[in-house]
Amino acid sequence: MPAIALTVNGTPHGIDIDGRALLVDVLREGLGLTGTHVGCDTSQCGACTVHLDGRAVKACTVLAVQADGHEVLTIEGIGTAGALHPMQVAFREHHGLQCGFCTPGMIMAGLDIARRNGPSVGPEVVREELEGNLCRCTGYHNIVNAIMAGAQAMGGMQIVGGAPDADAPTVSAA
Amino acid sequence: MFPFDYHRPDSLDAARVLVAAGDDIKFLAGGQTLIPTLKQRLAAPGGLVDLAGIASLRGIAVGPGSVTIGAMTPHADVAEHAGLRAVLPALAGLAGLIGDPAVRNRGTLGGSLANNDPTADYPAACLAFDAVILTSGREIPAGLFFLGLFETALEPDEAIVAVRFPIPRRAAYEKFPNPASRYAMAGVMVAETADGVRVAVTGAGQSGVFRWEEAETALEAGFIVSALDGLQLPAEDMIADIHGSGAYRARLAWVMARRAVARLA
Ligand SMILES: Cc1cc2nc3c(=O)[nH]c(=O)nc-3n(C[C@H](O)[C@H](O)[C@H](O)COP(=O)(O)OP(=O)(O)OC[C@H]3O[C@@H](n4cnc5c(N)ncnc54)[C@H](O)[C@@H]3O)c2cc1C
Ligand code: FES
Ligand code: FES
Repeated sequence: MPAIALTVNGTPHGIDIDGRALLVDVLREGLGLTGTHVGCDTSQCGACTVHLDGRAVKACTVLAVQADGHEVLTIEGIGTAGALHPMQVAFREHHGLQCGFCTPGMIMAGLDIARRNGPSVGPEVVREELEGNLCRCTGYHNIVNAIMAGAQAMGGMQIVGGAPDADAPTVSAA
Repeated sequence: MFPFDYHRPDSLDAARVLVAAGDDIKFLAGGQTLIPTLKQRLAAPGGLVDLAGIASLRGIAVGPGSVTIGAMTPHADVAEHAGLRAVLPALAGLAGLIGDPAVRNRGTLGGSLANNDPTADYPAACLAFDAVILTSGREIPAGLFFLGLFETALEPDEAIVAVRFPIPRRAAYEKFPNPASRYAMAGVMVAETADGVRVAVTGAGQSGVFRWEEAETALEAGFIVSALDGLQLPAEDMIADIHGSGAYRARLAWVMARRAVARLA
């Protein structure tokens, strides 16, 4: 059993894993971080989206050994029940979820959209970039509104930590 | 998934030694094709040699006359690179049409070419721009690299290191994505190069990417949309599946070619 070093939500972990384990399984079963969901297990739905070294990835399509020595951010790492992240607040305000199954992946994808496109990202870009995240409930309309509002509320801040992100674009690409 | 050994060497030489050590050892790049294949047990390599630890395989160099992109450069980096967007926007734009953002954050140029999926996007750019595939042992012109469905000129222990794309005078890529998978139902790169017009079609052909020479000749005679009037790809050579017939794909490729020319003319 290989041992890997993973920093998850800022906390370093040393974990013994099966060499074949997927990142999503190590997060859910190894570390008990069950906020990251598995919808399809075939790289289509995006329910398993987490950030690896700051970029959105499908954790069902990353081997845990590939993440050895790297940093992972999951839905548990962005806010707490008492202090939600601005993107989470936006999903609540805009009714961006119904059953909630896709929501952790939608929020992590939304944060990646905000990181790359800045606070005034428009609806066309958000719709285009949600290509890899499926929702069986909402019809997407409110998710798109939530991501735009969340990006606006973040105002170019870093995803976690709050300080302004020096690399954040300030003008929308749309 | 069947069990495998995992290695992440930090040099190309070490990677080649590891891969040559057995006949069932494969390179791993972004894993966006290989990991799903392993999960379905369609492949059962004894070992994986992850190329992600080799820093020199990643990056984009914009030089006079050509652009060189490292094999491990993810699609997202190609799509977002300001220097590339300035000199060869058709290539950056093509990368931005691959899959979705999470796939683009992991999937790589080298992985896409080595896989040679008949519906992948990059092969069209390689053929249209007359790119050169730089491997661990040699330089392979794109025209000799793609050998049919999922087949390339690569030896089993040969790694793609980088791809050199000569910069065409102008080029445009038009893609009709499969609405579910985002792979191309038909994708056409039209390029005007120093050696003439080149038209490469992906997504449609039964043996993968190909050059549409009839369209090239027609466009050399006059670079206008109507030059393509009356041209028709042979339906029997096109992919026919649940997503569309051969005749549908032939027509789609023609429409994509017209749109690409319209963007340039
Ligand atoms: C949901 C989804 C949608 C997608 N949509 C598209 C699309 O629209 N268009 C498109 O073109 N592609 C699409 N893809 C495929 C994607 O672009 C893959 O990233 C790509 O085909 C493979 O690249 P990779 O880096 O992930 O390679 P891997 O999966 O790691 O490897 C693929 C193969 O190439 C070999 N290999 C990898 N790197 C090298 C190298 N440097 N030298 C030699 N051999 C190597 C491996 O051994 C393996 O056989 C999609 C994938 C997914 C999951
Ligand atoms: S569970 Fe990973 S993409 Fe659906
Ligand atoms: S809210 Fe139910 S799947 Fe999206």
